[in-house]
Amino acid sequence: MTENFSAVLYLISSICFIMALKGLSSPDSARQGNMFGIAGMVIAILTTIAMPEVMSYGTILAGIVIGGSIGAFIARKIEMTALPQLVAAFHSLVGLAACFVAAAAFFRPEAYGIGTPGNIAVGSLVEMAVGLAIGAVTFTGSIIAFGKLQGLLSGAPVTFSGQHPLNAALGLLMVALVVWLCIDQSPAAFWAVFVLALVLGILIIIPIGGADMPVVISMLNSYSGWAACGIGFTLGNSLLIITGALVGSSGAILSYIMCKGMNRSFFSVILGGFGGDSDAAAAMGGPGGDKSVKSGSADDAAFIMENASSVVIVPGYGMAVAQAQHALRELGDLLKAKGVKVRYAIHPVAGRMPGHMNVLLAEANVPYEDVLELEEINRDFSQTDVAFVIGANDVTNPAAKSDPASPIYGMPILDVENAKTVLFVKRGMSSGYAGVENELFFRDNTMMLFSDAKKMCEEIVQALD
Amino acid sequence: MDATQIEQKAKALAEQAASLAGEMAQFATDAGGVASQVTEAAHSGPYSFISLFTVFILACFVGYYVVWRVTPALHSPLMGVTNAISSVIIVGALIAAGPAETNFSQIMGFCAVVLASVNIFGGFIVTQRMLSMFKKKR
Repeated sequence: MTENFSAVLYLISSICFIMALKGLSSPDSARQGNMFGIAGMVIAILTTIAMPEVMSYGTILAGIVIGGSIGAFIARKIEMTALPQLVAAFHSLVGLAACFVAAAAFFRPEAYGIGTPGNIAVGSLVEMAVGLAIGAVTFTGSIIAFGKLQGLLSGAPVTFSGQHPLNAALGLLMVALVVWLCIDQSPAAFWAVFVLALVLGILIIIPIGGADMPVVISMLNSYSGWAACGIGFTLGNSLLIITGALVGSSGAILSYIMCKGMNRSFFSVILGGFGGDSDAAAAMGGPGGDKSVKSGSADDAAFIMENASSVVIVPGYGMAVAQAQHALRELGDLLKAKGVKVRYAIHPVAGRMPGHMNVLLAEANVPYEDVLELEEINRDFSQTDVAFVIGANDVTNPAAKSDPASPIYGMPILDVENAKTVLFVKRGMSSGYAGVENELFFRDNTMMLFSDAKKMCEEIVQALD
Repeated sequence: MDATQIEQKAKALAEQAASLAGEMAQFATDAGGVASQVTEAAHSGPYSFISLFTVFILACFVGYYVVWRVTPALHSPLMGVTNAISSVIIVGALIAAGPAETNFSQIMGFCAVVLASVNIFGGFIVTQRMLSMFKKKR
């Protein structure tokens, strides 16, 4: 195969990847888009294997079969509620793979036509170091994110004094090490960059709290793309550069959308320390003992909802934790059968990754036409009889609009307060991740349903029957 | 302090200055070498840095416009599919794993092939699973 011919095939593969992303503009074209993605990957792999310098077909096949069967097994078994940690784990693999490729290129540069060992073109070395460093940061950062999402590590931010100066110093040290690598070209310098980047990956992610995970996941997604880009520059491969840039910009845009959904700057999220456990919030003052809340039973909730003409359901992370999506859909179906208009309202940062709630509702067979984004539904709350909030808290808190002192001030919220009645399904009176008390709980038109989200939905379904 | 002492001190200082100058010259040569290598890298080979950079910037723009058109409901599948396609790094891994003889780079390449394959299969399958749920139900 000539070099030009494989370049053309790589180009086709890049176009397939662009089509894969374009397909996601609507649920109807999305499955076709995914097929384009698979086709692009098959073309890329076959083109590379057909190159004359690739000869160890047995080894390569073994590698693909081993990796492929592990990946396929995990992807088939995984629960949809565990998606965020799965994605984090997958990001870490891309990061580590980028490091391995960088190492291969450093110790045998002649395979990629970038020089001989100890005498690699400086431009290639810089690109390699960028790919290596971002890859290593992605690797350990994603492992920490995985640990936090899986509950292996505490979701609370880990902060210590001198954290930011330390990170800044290590960042400068990284630049110095890259310069050393370029001048000296020694394996020691290469491994020093690698190890420092591993440490940086851990330090960057530990201060970020559980509620900021949507941003972290998107950011790591972005990093895995930039790592691929760095390697693409080293190898002079435009397919890697194009794909890396697509993934990198996709992750960056998602991070931006998530930050906007919380009205926080990207840097304040990265610097971390926001949102700990709710006991910390309780220590800060806790819920006022003098205010009283109205709590109700499943029967009360069923009665209110079946006599309503429209209900808007607001799901949050609590629904995912309780795996309540199927019971919730049953509840929605029953209400619909009784002639109630049922819709779902999704806040951009609900859950632990972008679009998390949409996937869970889709899994439970909720038609996607009934699932609306914040801008689409917010005006309708004033004409809504019942807002049914299940496992969400901060995203409904009116303090975001009225209290400039609140840490969530300025965050766009779902205006459930405008509905005639608000039902909150919660396990207790604890505050949300931001550690802010929600004044809606104490309003006259609010009824608290204290229970596990799934159990409450099942009880309401029984009461409706 | 007598004259001989001053003389000795001056001598020592002069020697130090001379050695420093030598080191400076060495650094300058090194820097020159690095610079010439950079220019060499920028102008040599079929893939010049500037043309790769052009591709990179254009791809960022394409990514920007395509991703903004993705509907928010499909942001999770978007992460799934971007995760799968970022494993295109397997291209670099295959070249490293390619030679018939076994050495350090080849082993690195093999490990990277395994990791990237986990991601490719896992990423596309999980995306497909998610997307198959987003069907019209009416």
